[in-house]
Amino acid sequence: MLDPYKIREDFPILKRKINNHPLIYFDNAATSQKPRQVIEAIKNFYENHNANVHRAVHTLSQEASELYENAHEEVAKFINANGMEEIIFVGGTTEAINLVAYAWGLRNLKRDDEVLVSLMEHHSNIVPWELLSKINGFNVRYVDVNDDGTLNYEDFENKTSKKTKIVCVSHVSNVSGVVNDVERLAKVAHEHGALILVDGAQSVPHLPVDIKSLDVDFLAFSGHKMLGPTGIGVLYGKREILEKMEPFQGGGEMIREVSFNSATKRCSITWNDLPWKFEAGTANISGGIGLMEAVKYLRGIGMENVKAHECTLTEYAMQRMQECQKISIYGPKDASIKCGIIPFSVDGLSSHDVALFLDNYGIMVRSGFHCAQPLHEKFGLKSSARISFYIYNVREEIDRFLEVLKEIEQI
Amino acid sequence: MVTVEDYVARIEGTCGKDKDVIVIFKYDKKDEAIAKILKKAKIEKSISAIIFELTFKDFSFRLYGTGKAIFRNLKDKSELQNILLDLLL
Repeated sequence: MLDPYKIREDFPILKRKINNHPLIYFDNAATSQKPRQVIEAIKNFYENHNANVHRAVHTLSQEASELYENAHEEVAKFINANGMEEIIFVGGTTEAINLVAYAWGLRNLKRDDEVLVSLMEHHSNIVPWELLSKINGFNVRYVDVNDDGTLNYEDFENKTSKKTKIVCVSHVSNVSGVVNDVERLAKVAHEHGALILVDGAQSVPHLPVDIKSLDVDFLAFSGHKMLGPTGIGVLYGKREILEKMEPFQGGGEMIREVSFNSATKRCSITWNDLPWKFEAGTANISGGIGLMEAVKYLRGIGMENVKAHECTLTEYAMQRMQECQKISIYGPKDASIKCGIIPFSVDGLSSHDVALFLDNYGIMVRSGFHCAQPLHEKFGLKSSARISFYIYNVREEIDRFLEVLKEIEQI
Repeated sequence: MVTVEDYVARIEGTCGKDKDVIVIFKYDKKDEAIAKILKKAKIEKSISAIIFELTFKDFSFRLYGTGKAIFRNLKDKSELQNILLDLLL
């Protein structure tokens, strides 16, 4: 088991007070806090190694390139990819999904094709497909969600057909915390000749994720939700698929050669090797290095331990929240089939009132749609409040949260 | 000349079906802003001096001791601007 009290010492921000109360950070599904090791790694890069990568022969550039490449390798190991060729650094999950939509979808999706998306998706796994469908004319179909927030697998199987070209689904819902059976979804998708893209923004930071056993074609996730800095994320893609794809953005770094042909009066271009073919322009080098440090930190703890800790907290919080008369919890009641995310509401109060009240006591929670409006509509909710845990959260914080929640009930 | 902007740091539309608006007062001006608002608006309910349920003209809103206020059912930005003008100046 991990020791959250020892871990907390690595997070300077947790010493802060908000409105004269110790900070309780329960908005980890939105972004995580950063340990000293990550902050130091970024600082060390800028103080000692800062240079552009893959651009120069000088010492600093070589050091920066090595660090940046090592970051790809560390991430590859973390999710059990075959190597850094399968790891593309992007801005975050949203950019990763857009990369697949435009670099793969634009050329492979045609009229009469279908893209299968679940109703529990974050807007970032809905909007790119709806946007692209306006260009290419394919159909976007939505897989239903059961009343308890779990995916309706029967509906998924009924809607998957030879027309389905790609299945886009989150590994873990950012609203309910439900963990989808990605292995099962991948198997069905592949049986129909479709690819599967998994939004791992809420799973990679919280669960052991092995892309070989999941057998997914694409996996998108963000660094900032897993102790890393903002502005860095990852698209994993199977090498054979990435090799066949055309680049997403054009510019420096992603090309091997741009040669002007005097006969045709045009430039002929050859692409760089993977993963650089998909990393146009100067990369977020310090972000990549920060992410590497975050991955090392999580590996040091062990992802099984991370999962177990969050499961214990979730079980405890859900059990204690049942003491409250005016609180409704959404999603499955069984903590073992979900990650550390609990959406809830308080009778007679908007989610924003709940969040503002908790803020008064230094407790940070999210309120609103959490960028998943279709799922809220499915639940019949105008919005919800959401608590979400990570490695540094402790039971005492949940106890304090409950004390304040009971005060809120008196409003 | 004193303006609404002297008191207000940010105005944010909330996320959700109800399009509420949250007004965040400047940290160093929040106590002054709260005092002015409490003087002009009618207090319907007060909870531990942390939350005030208020009415002002035809509007009801909640004011938090942390310097945030949540307004509901506003027609548009200019309506909010007018309320803030009346409350703060």
